[in-house]
Amino acid sequence: MAMLEVENVHVYYGNIHALKGVSLTVEEGEIVTLIGANGAGKSTTLFTISGVHKPREGTVRLEGEDLISYPAHQIVAKGVCQVPEGRRIFTRLTVQENLEMGAFTRTNRADIRQDLERVFSLFPRLKERRSQVGGTLSGGEQQMLSTARAMMSRPRLLLLDEPSMGLAPMLVESIFATIQEINREGTTILLVEQNAQMALQVAHRGYVLETGAIALSDSAANLRRNEMVQKVYLGIV
Amino acid sequence: MDTQIGFNWRESVRLGLIGGLVALSLSLIGVVETFGGRGIISGVISLGQILLFGAMAGAGYMSARQNPHARTGLNLVGGLIAGLLASLPLIVLVFVAGPINLRDFLPNASPGLLKLLIFEQDQATGSLLLLAVSAVVGLVGAGITLLPGRVRHPLLMGLLFVLMVGLLSEIIILAWGTKGLGLKIRRFMFDKGLSIRGTLLVFLIVAGLNALWGALGGRAQARVSALPAQQQKVLGWGRIALGVLFMLVLPMILRTYLTEVINNVGLFILMGFGLNIVVGFAGLLDLGYVAFFAIGAYTMGVLTSQGELGVAGMSFWSALPIAVAASVLAGVILGVPVLRMRGDYLAIVTLGFGEIIRILALSDFLAPAIGGAQGILKIPKASLGGLEFVAPETLYYLILAACLVAAFVSWRLRDARLGRQWMAMREDEDVAEAMGINLVQTKLLAFAMGAAFAGLSGAIFATKLSSIFPHSFNLLISINVLCLIIVGGMGSLPGVMVGALILVGLPELLREFAEYRLLMYGALLIVMMLSRPEGFWPEESRKRELHEFETEPVLAD
Repeated sequence: MAMLEVENVHVYYGNIHALKGVSLTVEEGEIVTLIGANGAGKSTTLFTISGVHKPREGTVRLEGEDLISYPAHQIVAKGVCQVPEGRRIFTRLTVQENLEMGAFTRTNRADIRQDLERVFSLFPRLKERRSQVGGTLSGGEQQMLSTARAMMSRPRLLLLDEPSMGLAPMLVESIFATIQEINREGTTILLVEQNAQMALQVAHRGYVLETGAIALSDSAANLRRNEMVQKVYLGIV
Repeated sequence: MDTQIGFNWRESVRLGLIGGLVALSLSLIGVVETFGGRGIISGVISLGQILLFGAMAGAGYMSARQNPHARTGLNLVGGLIAGLLASLPLIVLVFVAGPINLRDFLPNASPGLLKLLIFEQDQATGSLLLLAVSAVVGLVGAGITLLPGRVRHPLLMGLLFVLMVGLLSEIIILAWGTKGLGLKIRRFMFDKGLSIRGTLLVFLIVAGLNALWGALGGRAQARVSALPAQQQKVLGWGRIALGVLFMLVLPMILRTYLTEVINNVGLFILMGFGLNIVVGFAGLLDLGYVAFFAIGAYTMGVLTSQGELGVAGMSFWSALPIAVAASVLAGVILGVPVLRMRGDYLAIVTLGFGEIIRILALSDFLAPAIGGAQGILKIPKASLGGLEFVAPETLYYLILAACLVAAFVSWRLRDARLGRQWMAMREDEDVAEAMGINLVQTKLLAFAMGAAFAGLSGAIFATKLSSIFPHSFNLLISINVLCLIIVGGMGSLPGVMVGALILVGLPELLREFAEYRLLMYGALLIVMMLSRPEGFWPEESRKRELHEFETEPVLAD
């Protein structure tokens, strides 16, 4: 049984049919990427999995258990955590307070402290700035904080939405390196990216989403070689 | 030449003209003449003159502040020019208003005003005199900025206190100056406003204390922070005990009238603590907050009234929990439909809710139960073990107790898990949800807690007045409570107290200034938002956010 199974999901925003029967699976320990153009429904898919949007049709199952009937805050407690697009850190709280907020669903203080050290070792920059207010961090540091904050809920499945958006190329590389490291330490990752080049390099498998439906699915290596993907998403002619 | 020295003459000219326009508008709205007879320092200077020359001194002061690195002489000349220019509009007014009657459209451009502006001399001498005085005042204004801090701070503080004591002299006399020692002090210090002796006394005491603190305060603080933690803790508790003691004896110091003022302030502080939870902690903009105040008051009225509308004839204490519970229920009822609303939309819906409650209270439909426009009468006073809360001095303790409870609850909640939930929700609702926060519960608890404090305040309000009318629960109260939170500092508990003192207490003390009260109030709000957007006593994180870059520039990559 796959860790996450999304089956034939239909989501509407009012009259707009945003997801038209999306199905995908994520196996435990994988990095799976979801690539596609603006408005293809990538973020909507993530929001549906994390329970913020509810589908009109279809199922989302985590290890066989139906997720749709749970409100978003309970899905977090089940180990699914989303890093929303555009970083969205708590700008008025310090780095440390942001991270503590990430551990909101947990109560064991010793564990939380241990995890704090763990994310600080993943992101040493954040440790230097732990008492600085989130809003004064640079873009790259905010992305690190946003990812680190999600790690603090100790997710089994991490949903990353556009972690590379608006970052300098050098920072993109380091963010993706960290994503791989998080994965090696045992967290399953579903990664939404417009930077298909990078995403397909770190992912094991990938899905291509076009106007609310899955157009292609294959191993990342095969997708990289796929002619359509090369032309549309990798800019290779 | 000018650019070489780097002195910004244009800024002096601009500020001088702005100061002139301020002085001109103050004259033309009638402030200068109305308060021309209201002495601040008896026989020396009136409030009208202070306002007028304040504009010129301000122009000089600002001009010097704009050029902090220029040479002293240049700055003084800049101040002189600013002061000079600031008097020009007034002189034009004097010459125009002489031959032409402006009073058809500027009713306050009266002969009395003109005489005042030219110091009751003839036009030519008077204008020259005005010009000269303004220039000197501008020069002095600029000169103040050039003084070293250890001289400037005591000087400004002393002047500020002289102004305040002069402004409030009538109230001070009313409260303390009627017999015994108070009468003696009054004869010594006050005449029409402060006497010259009184001015010197106030100035020397305040400036002296300020200078002393400036010289020794830093060392004292250093010594305190050098103490071991245990002793610092004791010191902290000592400070709290001192504060509590002060609050306990306050009505004895303030006497009846001022205690009544403080009681009104207290009711607003109570509401402020409640709305601070809703707006300051949870970030839900509620413009209909008065509704909960009204519900608390009406519940108390209906349950305890001895008149024909009273249904239960309960005592204050047995009705109090019911009144608070009714407000909480109303808070939840308002909360449910607005769960999915944000920002402006939420503000409009809550605004409507406040109006609905007020109109319901006023309606004929509910008049058989709650009296309509006639309101509810004969609400009994609260009493506790023989102590009747009738006089302002005793009622004070009831309000104080309620405020202390509200402050304690707010303070503990802020640092608790629930406080964290509110703050996360305020910052970003979606992310808060993604962190596993139950938004429904968090929002409803914010509305409920906020409503509880307002209901408590309303219940005390009902017994304080013994009667309640729908007109007491208008939109202005909601706005006032919101303003006091903003002025004090969003999310900050001491800020609520400071804000209430300034926005509720001060207008009460300035009753003498009747129709100009709201003008001062508005001017204060504008100046405040421009110069201290975080409020008088801001919450820590808000201060950090607004001033972070001033101390520690952070490089972006």
